[in-house]
Amino acid sequence: MNFIYDLHRTMMSQNLILVYQGDFTQESTKSILAMAERNLDSSGEESSIKRKVFNVMVEALQNIVKHSDELIDGEIHSHAAIFLIGREANQYCIMSGNPVRKENVAGLTKKLEQINNLDKDGLKELYKEIIKNTTISDKGGAGLGFVDMARKSGQSLEYSFPELTTEYCFFCLKVNVPRDNE
Amino acid sequence: MEILNLEGTEDTPKIILDKKNGIFEISGRSLPEDSAEFYRPVLEWIGKYGSDANPSTEFVFKLEYFNTASSKLILDVLSALEDIKGMKILWYFHEDDEDMEEAGQEFSELVEIPFEFKTY
Repeated sequence: MNFIYDLHRTMMSQNLILVYQGDFTQESTKSILAMAERNLDSSGEESSIKRKVFNVMVEALQNIVKHSDELIDGEIHSHAAIFLIGREANQYCIMSGNPVRKENVAGLTKKLEQINNLDKDGLKELYKEIIKNTTISDKGGAGLGFVDMARKSGQSLEYSFPELTTEYCFFCLKVNVPRDNE
Repeated sequence: MEILNLEGTEDTPKIILDKKNGIFEISGRSLPEDSAEFYRPVLEWIGKYGSDANPSTEFVFKLEYFNTASSKLILDVLSALEDIKGMKILWYFHEDDEDMEEAGQEFSELVEIPFEFKTY
């Protein structure tokens, strides 16, 4: 049973205020948002920071709902993904991890690199460019999630793709929202 | 013309479109699972309204939050309003919400409709 204590200690040392693992749906998204919002409210966080954190959370959660690839391991079909929020002295960290098929890794990397190479004005132009020309995909996305996360956080998007199986990687994304708003 | 009246929920905005009383308002939070489906009746209503619009229309957006999928549909709503004569957008934002103010400014750059910005 020591893993319970170990997990607790890990969460404490990583300053995690919320961890959710499991199936992600619009319903679980709403519950996670409500919990995180209550936490931010009770900590007395500044409203402009709260809004930015909320914004990034929604896009990260809806990305998982819409784009996480179904992991097929033998007979087991699973959408298992993870979502975490950390609160450090100077920033909030919104983190997600979900399986993606290996053939999607290059496309994701290219999109994330393009965004990380743009400054504030470049991101604004990219946003306007996409919103003018996009149509809502079958999955219900507008293709604007990463751009919006970068704009709202004002930070680069950190990511990695550790290998999960021969066919899948685990897409890890970390978005930092600064707290010192002076 | 029939009134479109949708109660707001934790993930969908409150919407009132009432030609007779001159009330046109989208307010609250917009992060529906399927934004295209959610906004379809709004776009249909505006389509009908456009063929017999009031001489002037003040269309109010008073959003607390919207996700990126909704932002595309908000642009679709604005594009539908663009062709209606006497149209004006009242874009409300919370006084310390720079992101919502900037979002309104960006929309105003994407369509040819006068925008008036107001705080609440």
